[in-house]
Amino acid sequence: MTILHTVNKSPFERNSLQSCIAHANEGSAVLLFEDGIYGALQSTEQSELVTAAMSSIKFYVLGPDLKARGISEDKIISGIKVIGYDGFVDLVTEHSNTQSWL
Amino acid sequence: MKFSILVNEGPYTHQASDSAYRFTKAALDKGHEIFRVFFYHDGVNNGTRFTVPPQDDRNLQKLWSELSEKHNLDMVVCIAAAQRRGIMDENEAKRQGIDGNNIAPGFRISGLGQLIEAGIQADRLVSFGD
Amino acid sequence: MSEIKKFMYVNRRAPYGTIYALESLEVVLIGAAFEQDVSLAFFDDGVFQIAKNQDTKDVGMKNFSPTYKALGDYDVNKIYVEKESLEARGLTLDDLLDLKYEDEDEDWAEKDSIRVVSKKELADLMDEQDVIFSF
Repeated sequence: MTILHTVNKSPFERNSLQSCIAHANEGSAVLLFEDGIYGALQSTEQSELVTAAMSSIKFYVLGPDLKARGISEDKIISGIKVIGYDGFVDLVTEHSNTQSWL
Repeated sequence: MKFSILVNEGPYTHQASDSAYRFTKAALDKGHEIFRVFFYHDGVNNGTRFTVPPQDDRNLQKLWSELSEKHNLDMVVCIAAAQRRGIMDENEAKRQGIDGNNIAPGFRISGLGQLIEAGIQADRLVSFGD
Repeated sequence: MSEIKKFMYVNRRAPYGTIYALESLEVVLIGAAFEQDVSLAFFDDGVFQIAKNQDTKDVGMKNFSPTYKALGDYDVNKIYVEKESLEARGLTLDDLLDLKYEDEDEDWAEKDSIRVVSKKELADLMDEQDVIFSF
């Protein structure tokens, strides 16, 4: 059973992304959305945490939330897949369970 | 698949209700079934019909009410959380001796058991909050 | 015959600063009647919810910490507390409420409901759940 973890808060505001990564087992997925999309940015103090986690966890970021915040896709860490709400729905169905890190 | 959606925050202050709405709509567009949308904590504030948001911005209550009508959704507002925050239907208002009610169309007030049932009956439960 | 699902209630926030701790507990109590396989997880600031000696008189809020002690009577006796979260906050098991239940399979012997687990053990437990409530 692999879980989809969702993170909706900025890693600069809260420890939710950090805590999520620390509890996400290998093979699970993390979707960054709402303010959580800032965790997908390159060249920040949090980028290394995310990049290191990507060796065992698949990362996704919600495109509409990137666009809303003026973040272009070329600014996000390479390898993080940009998806829409339909992709979000697919991720939920493809994983055995969803855990929301608020 | 059958989804249950948990909305933990009220409209506008957090993006939770917007995200939940868009997710729910996307799931329905893909042909999935929504077993229940349950509103808890400040999420109950999505269920008041007394909001008058600015004309040039989305009206979350109306969006939820319209989605509910179009797809015959079961949208439940938790009674305990609603009582704390002042969301009333006609029956509750009578019971409590309150001089008005404000529940929006498409929403109904019920107990927390409905949330547990939503978890039991659905294939997936997705929570949106702060 | 309806299957029994594994429900986990995740508690990551401190009490009183927000309502999530209290309203989450209310779900647990109602949920107990549905006879599912329930566990509670306290980690990050959630460990503060079950700290001893809560006295809310001067803030004028209801002290709901005694309710945690009643969980055993509701057959909620799998209470996982994360070791790393305790340590990061300078807490030990002694700082937490004494939560117990009576094991009907062992002649109603009184046992501890709190199980201290590592981050990894908690991650594995989460992977086993059917429904995870995050408040």
